[in-house]
Amino acid sequence: MGFLKKLLQGFRSRAAVQQLPAGSMTVDRDGLVIVTTVSSTYPKDLLNEIGDDVLSLFREARAAQMPLAEVSLHFGSLRITARELRGGALIFLSPQTAHSPTTN
Amino acid sequence: MDAPHKILVLDDDADWLELCREIFAHLPSSPEVRTAASSSRALAMLEAEPFRLLICDLKMPRMDGLQVLSVVRRRFPQLRTVVLSGLEDEEFRSRAYALGVDLFWLKTDMQRNSKMFVDCLESLLGRDEDGGFRGIQSKSLMDIIQMECLSRNSTVLRITRGPLVAKLWLQDGEVIDAEAEGACGEVAFRRILAWKSGTFENLPPEPGRPRTINRPINALLLESAQTMDENANPSSETQFISASHRKTMWKLSLLTREGAEFVVAVPPEGLGEAEALGTQATEQLAAWIRHAAKTAKKLGEKIEAGRLSHIAGHNVEKQFLVLPHGEKSFLVGWPPNTTANLLLEKSKKLTASWDS
Repeated sequence: MGFLKKLLQGFRSRAAVQQLPAGSMTVDRDGLVIVTTVSSTYPKDLLNEIGDDVLSLFREARAAQMPLAEVSLHFGSLRITARELRGGALIFLSPQTAHSPTTN
Repeated sequence: MDAPHKILVLDDDADWLELCREIFAHLPSSPEVRTAASSSRALAMLEAEPFRLLICDLKMPRMDGLQVLSVVRRRFPQLRTVVLSGLEDEEFRSRAYALGVDLFWLKTDMQRNSKMFVDCLESLLGRDEDGGFRGIQSKSLMDIIQMECLSRNSTVLRITRGPLVAKLWLQDGEVIDAEAEGACGEVAFRRILAWKSGTFENLPPEPGRPRTINRPINALLLESAQTMDENANPSSETQFISASHRKTMWKLSLLTREGAEFVVAVPPEGLGEAEALGTQATEQLAAWIRHAAKTAKKLGEKIEAGRLSHIAGHNVEKQFLVLPHGEKSFLVGWPPNTTANLLLEKSKKLTASWDS
């Protein structure tokens, strides 16, 4: 029994396939997630990272004299759409499936 | 009377299968149309009885179309194959042709150009069983045109390079017309030959096509080869300046034709300078493109969201699209009233033409 338990624990501890975030979130100008509808099982640090990266895109665009009201990042399996919100951002995370492929 | 040819249609969408069955049953040669909703069922049917043509979707559960095609190629080499897919990705088209399919057609194109599609299918159904090679993997476009001309063929060559589509009309071994990137005649012919890669397919001949190219093929090929040599190895500074001026003029006309406001092309860091048309803020925009592409790539890897396709954005004055193409990243600026659905397609077209 002990041997099987150890073996199964080994399987469980292996890296699982990362789930894609789905939902929306609001981040303030410092990148702090204020409110989110993304599942609580999704790692918080990754959500923070998404918020930070989106804010940096808006910030750098302003620095390049090209302020953006909205930006969308289209990945193979996820679309991130962010609207500028007084220094912060409202971010929508939409996983892409065969029925809702990435478009504009 | 010969028995009608049999067509097998493989797709996981039952409604689509029904639609195909209705359309293909009305082909002039009245083939017998059978359908399969799964790859395993299709392979079993191919084992059980002989078919002339397999029409196959690409995106299917369990075993996808490319897997089916690779099995079919080994087990049924005589079977003609057509891919009918909704995937507009050029990579799939190349992979399908590399597997030796006879025809790759988009489902949307089939509905738009149903007449041409039916002609192509008829041509495949009618082609002799023992003859013809498939898959010319290492021939340049120049070689292919020369081969068609030497064998005095009449055909239409449809050449695809990313989102760009060009056509060459051949009549009895002579090139009579060409169309590419909004140009036609000899100008289009030269542009097509300047393409470094792509895929091609033979379409049925169009005997009624008006002739716009009158010079013999050898003269055209020689002239194109010389132009390409000159552009690749400018022998003097004047020649280089003139070639670069021509290139800039061509890019400007491309920009105007597509209706874009500006383009910034950014090579990887340390591999040259950014190039821009239609904007003065080249360096600032290039810095943003690099930052955006790097940030998105890192984020995509971290959250396992797949490859970055593009970044779109807008403000009240403009719409923007960042698009990786080859080693470069492009930022294309569009007027705010440009239809959002067309932005990606138009930007892809523009970036694909940029270095050709």
